[in-house]
Amino acid sequence: MIVETGHFALVLALALALVQSVLPIWGTRRGDVGLAAMAVPAACGQFALVAYAFAALVHAQAVSDFSLTTVVENSMTTQPLIYKIAGVWGNHEGSMLLWVLILAVFGAAVALFGRGMADDLRANTLAVQGWIASAFLLFILLTSNPFARRFPAPLEGHDLNPVLQDLGLSIHPPLLYLGYVGFSIVFSFAAAALISGRLDAAWARYVRPWILIAWCFLTLGIAMGSYWAYYTLGWGGFWFWDPVENASLMPWLAGTALLHSAAVMEKREALKIWTLFLAILTFSLSLLGTFLVRSGVLTSVHSFANDPRRGIFILGILVLFIGGSLALYAWRAPALRQGGLFAPVSREGALVFNNLLLTTCCATVLTGTLYPLALESLTGEKISVGAPFFNLTFGPIFVPILLAMPLGQSLAWKRGDLVGAAQRLTVAAGLGLALAVGLAATLRGGPVMTAIGLGLALYLVVGAFADLVPRIVGRGLSARAMLARALGLPRSAWGTAIAHAGVGVTLLGLAATGWGVERIVAIRAGQSVDLGPYTVSVLDFTSRPGLNFSELAAPVEIRRGGLLVATVHPAKRSFPVRQATIAQAGIATLGLGQVYVSLGDGHADGTLDVRLYWKPLVTAIWIGALIMALGGFVSLSDRRLRIGFARKPARPRAVAPAPQAAE
Amino acid sequence: MRHVLFGLVLAFGLLPGLAGAVEPDEVLGNRTLETRARALSSELRCLVCQNQSIDDSGATLARDLRLLVRERLQAGDSDGQVRDYLVSRYGDFILLKPPLRPETALLWAMPALVLGTAVIGLLLARKRAAPSPAPLDEGERAALDRLLGRG
Repeated sequence: MIVETGHFALVLALALALVQSVLPIWGTRRGDVGLAAMAVPAACGQFALVAYAFAALVHAQAVSDFSLTTVVENSMTTQPLIYKIAGVWGNHEGSMLLWVLILAVFGAAVALFGRGMADDLRANTLAVQGWIASAFLLFILLTSNPFARRFPAPLEGHDLNPVLQDLGLSIHPPLLYLGYVGFSIVFSFAAAALISGRLDAAWARYVRPWILIAWCFLTLGIAMGSYWAYYTLGWGGFWFWDPVENASLMPWLAGTALLHSAAVMEKREALKIWTLFLAILTFSLSLLGTFLVRSGVLTSVHSFANDPRRGIFILGILVLFIGGSLALYAWRAPALRQGGLFAPVSREGALVFNNLLLTTCCATVLTGTLYPLALESLTGEKISVGAPFFNLTFGPIFVPILLAMPLGQSLAWKRGDLVGAAQRLTVAAGLGLALAVGLAATLRGGPVMTAIGLGLALYLVVGAFADLVPRIVGRGLSARAMLARALGLPRSAWGTAIAHAGVGVTLLGLAATGWGVERIVAIRAGQSVDLGPYTVSVLDFTSRPGLNFSELAAPVEIRRGGLLVATVHPAKRSFPVRQATIAQAGIATLGLGQVYVSLGDGHADGTLDVRLYWKPLVTAIWIGALIMALGGFVSLSDRRLRIGFARKPARPRAVAPAPQAAE
Repeated sequence: MRHVLFGLVLAFGLLPGLAGAVEPDEVLGNRTLETRARALSSELRCLVCQNQSIDDSGATLARDLRLLVRERLQAGDSDGQVRDYLVSRYGDFILLKPPLRPETALLWAMPALVLGTAVIGLLLARKRAAPSPAPLDEGERAALDRLLGRG
C-alpha cells in the first residue's frame, strides 16, 4: 500500500507542479495578487508530496520489499541498513527521485523564506521552478518509475553494487545534488527577472544566498567524491578528469564565476546581463551533466540505444530549458539597462578578470568532455581526451586566477590603486617566494614544480588575509580594540578571506603530490618495506567473513625511527552475489600526510602484491575544500545576505569604525 | 572502476575486477627506464576501459600494453618511437592527449578562442557602455577653477 501511495503522491506532485508553472505567471501578468500567491502553497505542497514519495521508497528499501524492481536490483536482506537506505539513490530511478526532491526542497525554501522578496519576483521564480519540476516528474513517471512492481517477487535481491557500499558514497550523492540542483533556483531567479523585465541590485541581493548555498554544497560534494575515489580506487588517485567528474566541475566553475559577478552586481549594479547569463549557464551545465550521466551517452555513443527513451527524454528537457532560456535571454536581455561604470583597475575589474578566466576554464573542460563524442558521431573517428590534455590546458589558465586572487581582494571598488594593493601583498608574496626558493634550494631531487606550487599556496593563504589585517591592526590599539574591530568586520569579508585561503590550502596538497613515494612490491607475511620516512611491516594475512562479503585482511604496522606510529588493516573484499572484488585501502593519517596501503593479488609462492604510498600533505586537498565551503557558510551568515532579511536595514555598528578599505 | 565515480553512473553497474594497475613483476630493474615507462603509461589509454590510462587500470589488456611499453623501452626505443608504434597498432584513440591534427584543431584552439572572443566582446561592450563625458565649456571651467581656488 505504501508503495502505491508513494507512486500516487508523485502523480499528484506533477499535477501541483503544473499548477505552479502556470497560475503564478498568469497572476503577475494580470495583476491578480491572489493567483500569483498560489505559488507559495503549490511549492510547499509539491515538496510535501515528493518528500512522501521519497519516504515511501526509503521504506520499501529498508524493509527489503522485493516486489519492487529497484529494490530487487539494488539490495539484499543481509546488507547493513545504512546501505539499504543508500541504495535508494544508488540507482537510476531512485537518484532521479532524489534529484526532484532537492528541486522541490529549494522551491519550498524560496516559498517559505523569501518573504522579503518582491511578490511578483517570488511568484515568477517559483513558476519557473515548477516548469523544471514538471519536466523531471514527467521524466520519472514515464521512463524511470522507481515504484515499478515485479511479479512474482523473488526471495532475495541482487545486492547493491559493492563499490557503493561505503559510507562516503552514501552521503556523496545528496551533497552533490544539493549543489547541482541547487543552481536550479538561481536559474529560476534569472528566468523570472527576464520574464518581468526588471533586474536590479535587489535581485542580486535575493539571489546571492542561494548561489552561495548551492556553491557550498557543490564544493563539499565534489570534495567528498574525490576523497571517495582516493580511498576506493586502490592507488590513491583523487582526480581523473573523467567525464562524470567534469560534469560536476563545470557547474562549479561557472557557479564560482557567478558568485563573483553577482557580488559586483549587488554592490555596483554592473555586469547585470552577464550575471544573468552565468545564472542560466550554470544550471544548463548541471542539466548537461545530468544528461551525460543519465543517458549513458558517456559509456559509449551506442549504449544510448540501450534505453533510448530516457536519453532522448532528457535531451528533450535539455534542449527545451537551455534553448528556451537562451532565447528568452536574447529577447529580453538587451532591454535591461546596464549600470555601474568602473575603471579597469578596480575590484570590479579584477572580478571581470576572474570571470573571463573561469569561463575559459569551463569552456575548456566542456570542449574536452564533449569533443570525442561530437567527433565520433560526425566522422566516426575515435579519439581520447584525458588527464594529460586537461592538465596541459587547464593549468596555465588557472594559475593567473590564483596569482590575481589576493590582488583582487585588495583593490577598491570603482577605481583601485594597483601599487597600493601590491604593497599590501608584500608580506604574502615575500613569504611565498622565500618558501619556494628555500625548498628548491634545500630539498635536492624534489620536483621544482612542487616548490613553486607550495610557495604559491603560501602566498594565497597569507594573501587572503592581507586586506583584513590593516583593518584590524592599528597603531596604539589595544588587543581588545583590535578584537572588536576584527569582529566588527562584515562576515562576508571574513567569508571571502577564508574561502580564498581554502584555495591555497588545496593547492598545498596538490603541489605536495610531487613529493609522494610509491612502492609496489610482492611481499610475504612478516616482511618490512621502507617508505619515505617510514618502515611498513605486513604482519599477517587473514581471511574473515563479513555480513554480505568475505575478506582477506592484513594488519600492517607503520614505524618511524623504530617507533610504532600507526597500525592499518587493508583488505580485499569479495562479494559473492555480484561476483566482484574490491580493495579496502588501509590509510593512516600522520600529520597532514597519509600512508596508504592497498592489497593486490596473491601468488602461489605465498607472496602478495602490495602497493604502498607515502603521500605528504595530501589531506590538505580536501581540507582546503572544506575551508572553501566554510568560507561560503560564513559569508552566508552575513546579516546582509541572510535569507529573508534582505529588506531590513543593517544594524548600526557598535564598535569603532574600521577604516573603510575595499570590502 | 573509474566510471562509477561520483555515484552518478550507478545505474550502469559495470565493474571490472580489482583495481590493479602496475604489478610488482612488471617493474623494471632499471630506474630510469621504469620512470620513463610510468610517464608514458600515464598518457596511454586502456582501450577497453573508460577514460583510464594503462598506468592505473587493472584490465588484462592494460597489463599487456604496460609490458609492451617496457619491452620496447628495453629494446632501446625513444618515448616518441614507443608512442608511434602503439599509434600504428591502435590508432590515435590510444593517446589520452590527442595529437594536433585538422580534426582536433578546434579542441586545442578552444581555450584561446573563448578567451579571445570574451576579451574582444568585453572591449566592445566597454566602448559602447562608456561614452566619454562631454568636455567642459568655458563657463564651467571657470566655475570649477573658482571652486578649486585656482582662479
